[in-house]
Amino acid sequence: MSKSPSTFTRFVEVGRVVLLKSGPCEGKVAVIVEIIDHRRAVIDGPTTGVPRQSFPYRHLTLTPFSVKTLPRGSRTGIVRKYVEKEGVIEKWNKSAWAQKLETTHRRRNINDFGRFSVQLMKKNRRDRVRRALAKQAKA
Amino acid sequence: MGLQEYQVLGRHLPTAQEPNPKLYRMRIFAKNEVVAKSRFWYFLRQLKKVKKANGEIVGVNVIHEKRPLRPKNFGIWLRYDSRSGTHNMYKEYRELTRADAVRSMYQDMAARHRARFRSVHILRVVEIEKAADVRRPYIKQLLTPGLRFPLPHRVAKAKSTFVAHRPSTF
Repeated sequence: MSKSPSTFTRFVEVGRVVLLKSGPCEGKVAVIVEIIDHRRAVIDGPTTGVPRQSFPYRHLTLTPFSVKTLPRGSRTGIVRKYVEKEGVIEKWNKSAWAQKLETTHRRRNINDFGRFSVQLMKKNRRDRVRRALAKQAKA
Repeated sequence: MGLQEYQVLGRHLPTAQEPNPKLYRMRIFAKNEVVAKSRFWYFLRQLKKVKKANGEIVGVNVIHEKRPLRPKNFGIWLRYDSRSGTHNMYKEYRELTRADAVRSMYQDMAARHRARFRSVHILRVVEIEKAADVRRPYIKQLLTPGLRFPLPHRVAKAKSTFVAHRPSTF
């Protein structure tokens, strides 16, 4: 739409992969299927478990990924076909951003035994590091 | 406040003179059935010599949207009472359902013209099939092919009064 190179790289457009920031599908990823207006879009995530719905931009984060050839207003089956063909969801899952979200989620939802194991492992690592340092210092 | 579209059917009670009175059907946008029936009588009274006391509601059904996940362009013809007179208007809305478009219209009329629900009569709600028939520029701009735009300067709500870094507007 812009003739000169835009300073913006992430656009609200058909096919843009978005991360949902609130609601029952928080933290999941979906694709913009159609733009309703300056406030909302119809999003759909057939492979990520997001039902087709209208969603406001306020509660979305645009990602650098997009399904470039998705036709406007495609039905869920077509969206699934294009998403699987381009493999955007795999690209998203491999990205550093998605992996950071995953580790944050795992750390927050750890159980008591997990916390205990982490404590032991950290203690172990600390101990080995200090022993190695002490050996270095003596030598 | 979500609106529903109702189909309300009603007629005058049968009398000796008129044992089979005409049945009238209206499509009413209302919060619930009770309001729908009330509005039905309000409008029918203005058009025909019948009122709730000498009439009967034959049926009330909810009209569901055929394709609630497809954005549509609606043109709404309305008539409203302002402080000094009554005027006709035509407004356009881009929404998913007819009821949503009418709800937007009521909110819009309240905001722009201070018109309450009671002062607005909906004359016609029509889905505009072809993009060329859209009259208003604020809807036309959303129908350009290959529409895309960035979300510049996103302001996030600050979680606390003092933070270590300036927020990113990206």
